[in-house]
Amino acid sequence: MSAGKVTDGRIDVFIDGEKVRCPPGTNLIDLVEGMGKEIPHYCYHPKLSVSGNCRMCLVELGTPAMDRETGKPVLDEDGAPKIMYFPNPVIACATRLTSGMRVRTQSAKVRECREAVLEFLLINHPLDCPICDQAGECLLQEFATDYGRGYSRFIEKKVVKPKRTVLGPRVMLDDERCILCSRCVRFCQEVVEDDVLGFVDRGTYTTLTCYPGKQLENNYSLNTVDICPVGALTSRDFRFRMRVWFLKETPSICTESSVGVNTLVGSREGKVYRITPRRNDGVNDTWMSDSGRALYKRIEDENRLIDFRVNRLPVRPEDALSEALRRLQGDKVAFVGSGQSSVEEHFLFNCLSRAAGSVLNCLVSRTREGDGFLISNDANPNVRGALCLGFIDTLPEANLTGLAEKINRGEVDAVVVHNEDLTTAGIGRSLLEKVEVIYLGSHGNGASETASVVIPGLTVFEKSGTFINQQFRLQKFLQAVPGPPGVLDDLVTISRLLNLLGKDEGRLATPAAVWAVLSRRLKCFEGISFDTLPETGALLDGSAFRSLPFCEGPSLHFEPETGTVEARA
Amino acid sequence: MAVKILKRRPLSLLEKTYLPQILIGLKITLRNLFRPSVTLQYPEERPDIPEGYRGVPTLVKDANGREKCVACQLCEFVCPPRAIRITSRELETGGEDAHIEKAPDEFEIDMLRCIYCGYCQEVCPEEAIWLQDVFSISGYSREAMVFDKEKLYQLGGTLPDNHFKWDRKKAEEEAAKRH
Repeated sequence: MSAGKVTDGRIDVFIDGEKVRCPPGTNLIDLVEGMGKEIPHYCYHPKLSVSGNCRMCLVELGTPAMDRETGKPVLDEDGAPKIMYFPNPVIACATRLTSGMRVRTQSAKVRECREAVLEFLLINHPLDCPICDQAGECLLQEFATDYGRGYSRFIEKKVVKPKRTVLGPRVMLDDERCILCSRCVRFCQEVVEDDVLGFVDRGTYTTLTCYPGKQLENNYSLNTVDICPVGALTSRDFRFRMRVWFLKETPSICTESSVGVNTLVGSREGKVYRITPRRNDGVNDTWMSDSGRALYKRIEDENRLIDFRVNRLPVRPEDALSEALRRLQGDKVAFVGSGQSSVEEHFLFNCLSRAAGSVLNCLVSRTREGDGFLISNDANPNVRGALCLGFIDTLPEANLTGLAEKINRGEVDAVVVHNEDLTTAGIGRSLLEKVEVIYLGSHGNGASETASVVIPGLTVFEKSGTFINQQFRLQKFLQAVPGPPGVLDDLVTISRLLNLLGKDEGRLATPAAVWAVLSRRLKCFEGISFDTLPETGALLDGSAFRSLPFCEGPSLHFEPETGTVEARA
Repeated sequence: MAVKILKRRPLSLLEKTYLPQILIGLKITLRNLFRPSVTLQYPEERPDIPEGYRGVPTLVKDANGREKCVACQLCEFVCPPRAIRITSRELETGGEDAHIEKAPDEFEIDMLRCIYCGYCQEVCPEEAIWLQDVFSISGYSREAMVFDKEKLYQLGGTLPDNHFKWDRKKAEEEAAKRH
């Protein structure tokens, strides 16, 4: 038997008799989760420090016995190493695996421990699951059914604690439901370093509370709601609005900044109710910002465009397209793309700009100061997509001075705008009135008000596609809800225009069709298809753009290229 | 496939007169003439509704006149024809009922969809929805057959319950405040 023998730096351990190879020091809970099994736990979180207070993850642990004199393993009669089990169960979350360890996760003793722990946790926990927002995704509910006793022996009165405590502008606390796992406390200390939460009082009266005079108001406060294993911390925005079992969760990408936070969009019957982070250890771990969670409210924004318009009058979609086509056929057309468009839209938009013989392609920048964590300095989620596709070869500008000059000189008489407001990008209304604007976008703005043709588009929640984030990671988002009735997908609109211009790309109206062509046409996208793109994304080779002075500073899992700094200097 | 032709037996003379059959029929009629009548003069007369009858689903209030439903939406989830629609709200924090947190904002049951299966009553953790003895409902439009919260409470009324959930909760809270 090769138990305990070190091979390629990895060790063999035995989980319920099954041999597993892992690096030394692997966390037992993580390892078992990787095997597709489960050690129930409350306080342990893979991205936080180990506190070991919930005692739910108790397992039986054994190590090979060592002879103290010789330092060699003791062998039993069969020649196999003798295993010494610890007399009492140990917590799996604080167990770092060493060579030859044996773990029992399903023994009678372990089951008994779990039953007992759950019984203690449920002593004072209110049974108001019908009211509780966590019901349906509550670890206490799940483990009580999986590992619990099934009935309560507790006949005394439950401890009454404060309910509906407002911890901050977005978070509400129900102290009765809290099981004191301290995940939220550790999150605030370790991840956002805004140490405002803590426990006060003793015994069964221990309550979670904010530091006097302070609030849980940092821009990552809603992560505490996500990691709360029970319904103690709830989001004031989502609270009581929808039961979680109705929500369809669609993988998506946050458009707040070029970090490209992975998200899940929870929707029911075409309405988005909440956005939660999706784990991606290369991008956002398990976190996301509060401001990014509120972006779904833009779907029902009052300046949402739903009508096709020509000269401010509503028309049929085909009429709007043919009017747009007529203006595209001139030879003084400029194109303003958007850093918020998907890679597929950039591709088709670029094809359209070439087909129309564009005199100028540009992108509007959206820089602001990020927080160095999950909000970068660039509020455009997909500038790199436009670069990779060759729509632009320099970085976007805040003021489109080049375009303004060309309009002034009469070199441009039509501008195709995708989702951007030109009036805030250095092109005033008086200047815009000199040209015909074809506006394609989801929301109205200064550019759409002066536009001669307005074609409504979809938000990121209503379409599928890909973004390339600051790490040059290609990430996929899927359609969560249908768009407003009658509104065409931007890809469909652009491909129809290409079709009317007699271009081959006119048949590429879905992300999958676009990728079938893109992967063959561009070297950096070789071998990628939309359907098989992994959920965690694919890193592309961005070395061709190393010399560009990107505006992003360091953030979680991202260091700006050194070349960028040199180029800036 | 072989075809077998069956010959019909010719009717006898007595059968051709139809007299025996008519007499048998008259005998049955005559017998029922002297039996007690089972016909109800509906709608003036109404049948006795047995215990456990599954009529129209209704919402009930507790003895204090509070709504029992907490908008957990389990009935909406379990309803096979998806006849139930609930939107919930958070109750105000102050006042007499401060310890009650959640209630339905709107509660609609589409009676044209309802199949009277009683799953909603079975699943309700608060015993707030009951299929009672109302069995005949009608309306002039489809919209009129979607019963809203007000109509459902009107049909449901108040049912006795032995839990006094909110009263107990309030008493516990007040007892805790004294410490």
